[in-house]
Amino acid sequence: MRIRIDHETRYHYDAPVRAVSQILRLTPRPHDGQHIVHWRVDVDVDGRLRETEDAFGNIVHRLAADGPLETMTLTVTGEVETTDTVGVITGLPEPLAPQVFLRDTPLTEPNAALCAFARDTVRGTDDRLEQLHRLLSALHAEVTYDTRSTTSATSAIDAFTQKHGICQDLSHIFIACARHIGIPARYVSGHLARSDGVIEQEASHAWAEALVPGLGWVGFDVTHDACPGERHVRIACGFDYLSAAPVRGSRIGGGAERLSVRLAVAQQPMMQRQSTGFAQNQSRQIQR
Amino acid sequence: MTAAFDEMFGEAGAAIEGALPRKAYAALDKWMKAAPPEFFDARRRQAELFFRRIGITFAVYGEAESHERLIPFDIVPRIISGKEWKTIEAGLTQRAAVLNAFLADVYGPGECVKAGIIPAELVYGNAGYRVEMTRVRPPHDIFVHILGADLVRVGEDKFYVLEDNARTPSGVSYMLENREVMMRLFPELFARHRVAPVETYPDSLLATLRSVTPYASDQDPTAVVLTPGPYNSAFYEHSFLADKMGVELVEGSDLFVQDARVFMRTTEGPRRVDVIYRRVDDDFLDPLTFKPESALGVPGLMAAYEAGTVTIVNAVGAGVADDKAVYTYMPELVKFYTGQDAILPNVPTWRCREPDALAYVLDHLPELVVKEVNGSGGYGMLVGPTASKSEIDVFAHKLRKDPQGFIAQPTLALSTCPTFTEKGLAPRHVDLRPFVLTGADKVRVTPGGLTRVALTEGSLVVNSSQGGGTKDTWVLDE
Repeated sequence: MRIRIDHETRYHYDAPVRAVSQILRLTPRPHDGQHIVHWRVDVDVDGRLRETEDAFGNIVHRLAADGPLETMTLTVTGEVETTDTVGVITGLPEPLAPQVFLRDTPLTEPNAALCAFARDTVRGTDDRLEQLHRLLSALHAEVTYDTRSTTSATSAIDAFTQKHGICQDLSHIFIACARHIGIPARYVSGHLARSDGVIEQEASHAWAEALVPGLGWVGFDVTHDACPGERHVRIACGFDYLSAAPVRGSRIGGGAERLSVRLAVAQQPMMQRQSTGFAQNQSRQIQR
Repeated sequence: MTAAFDEMFGEAGAAIEGALPRKAYAALDKWMKAAPPEFFDARRRQAELFFRRIGITFAVYGEAESHERLIPFDIVPRIISGKEWKTIEAGLTQRAAVLNAFLADVYGPGECVKAGIIPAELVYGNAGYRVEMTRVRPPHDIFVHILGADLVRVGEDKFYVLEDNARTPSGVSYMLENREVMMRLFPELFARHRVAPVETYPDSLLATLRSVTPYASDQDPTAVVLTPGPYNSAFYEHSFLADKMGVELVEGSDLFVQDARVFMRTTEGPRRVDVIYRRVDDDFLDPLTFKPESALGVPGLMAAYEAGTVTIVNAVGAGVADDKAVYTYMPELVKFYTGQDAILPNVPTWRCREPDALAYVLDHLPELVVKEVNGSGGYGMLVGPTASKSEIDVFAHKLRKDPQGFIAQPTLALSTCPTFTEKGLAPRHVDLRPFVLTGADKVRVTPGGLTRVALTEGSLVVNSSQGGGTKDTWVLDE
């Protein structure tokens, strides 16, 4: 499937900013199920944008810009061609020992209730893949998808306690459970081309990957009770939301900041000209 | 428990009337016996006065009467013979080299894991293991520039390493001040002993910092001390060391990163910084990489570190080396990296993750101290000799349920040293924290260290936060 992504992040500062420094994890890496047709990250202010890698093997950009700035816009445009690999991720560099993905972080630390839930769910099977699929379905049923009850700082424990959350929370809970039963697990940020044809989205997507003996890393999308397939575009991975975050930054000056995000993820049927045209209109709109 | 080894009177312990002092203490013993008791009372009051004056230096930086910060000082020195020190020095040098080799290995090829010396999950699953360091090669491959090892003594020739402090070991300012006060109080005692100097520590530290400057730097490197600020409990030491070395004391907001280089804001404009002696924990060093809410660090510092333009002392990620679980593998790691046995052994430790060890520990709980490997659980530890039958039973259940989470050690009879108490001179338990500096040019071990003393009778807890005091530590030049 060919997927086009137009992602714009606009910052409005109440007072002029003297300097901005950011780390961007906005660029996908190719793997066996994902070919990058083209991709571009841009910023509308004078500054330095340097591409490098992080410890997880993600492609990152370091952005440094000097003010005074009243607004700043990050624009990401690209096209990716995906194939369904039933969630199995191969062809990625794996620079870290898998055991690093066994450690707890503040966002993925389990409590007694989470541990009990994980153990009860996998009771009766030693097969790792089966255990993970049980966790996937059980969590999908247990925790309700709800965009109003959590924030980006909500931990797995809090989300599991209130039984509500978004894809980020569902992924954190899944990761906490998998690590508790001894399976290395990591957080993945990415995009999803929706099957209902809706293109404009409020936020990007997230899921989890777990290490299965014999298979390697396998994706689990709790939000959809499925393994990621050709509608998923994988951007970056980390211990949790924080270490895979699309943008981390700091700035000097600027007072309060307002953020507006526009995201369009569009399926590009390769044969149909009309749809392609639509997406281009879309992107022109965003770049206006 | 048998009587503890006494630093002054040896294996016989301090209790025996008319016991002869060990050789290193002979001159001190003679001198102390000759002095009238009022003399020591007067000197103790003077010592208190000196430290209070130093305490006033404290108050300048934002605190009114910092009485609670005065750590009790005992005027009886702890003396280590030249011969004893030779062994300790060799052991510490070996230990520092192995810790550095271990860190370079686990952030690089991981040979110790591949060879099966230490389990992978203990290293890579450790919260102190910073994945960012797999992309950083610290200048000169040195990770632990400053090591503070905690040693305990249980016999004439028996020193054990209780723990390694490979992150930001503190306490060196007390070592230096204790010596200064002692020299003022008892010049005649120093005339009778050849005490190796510790006053050279700041010079040694500066030489070490300058030696580890990044390869790409200019001839004359700039070093700074990075502090979390005046509200940190060790701020006094930070300012003290910066002052003694003659380098700038900075906070995170005084530094900035541009084009992967670190600069310091000065009245004459930005000045390039080559070496940062940081007293800020990893978590707070760079909000772009670690805790995002940290205001103590320098945004982008890790980018400069990765680019190799700055040296951070001690290196980021050194914490994996002083972890409690990793500690238990130090004897094997010493053998693996040096081919030799550890000169300073570990306290014998049973790893409950190993079935044989677990069986032994369960059989001997009333004699052992059982500690949790991950402090985070906070379920405390079991001190067998003082625990009740039911406490031991509860703990045995916990141990069987989660053997990986625990290690056990014998209850050690820490050596004692004569100490002034309210009832006069009496033996009190002590430990020793010496400091090892590893530079690109050489290793510098300051002869001495910080002797901590448990002031309560029978107590083994020497921590200053729990009523411990300090003593001057003399290494005799023989």
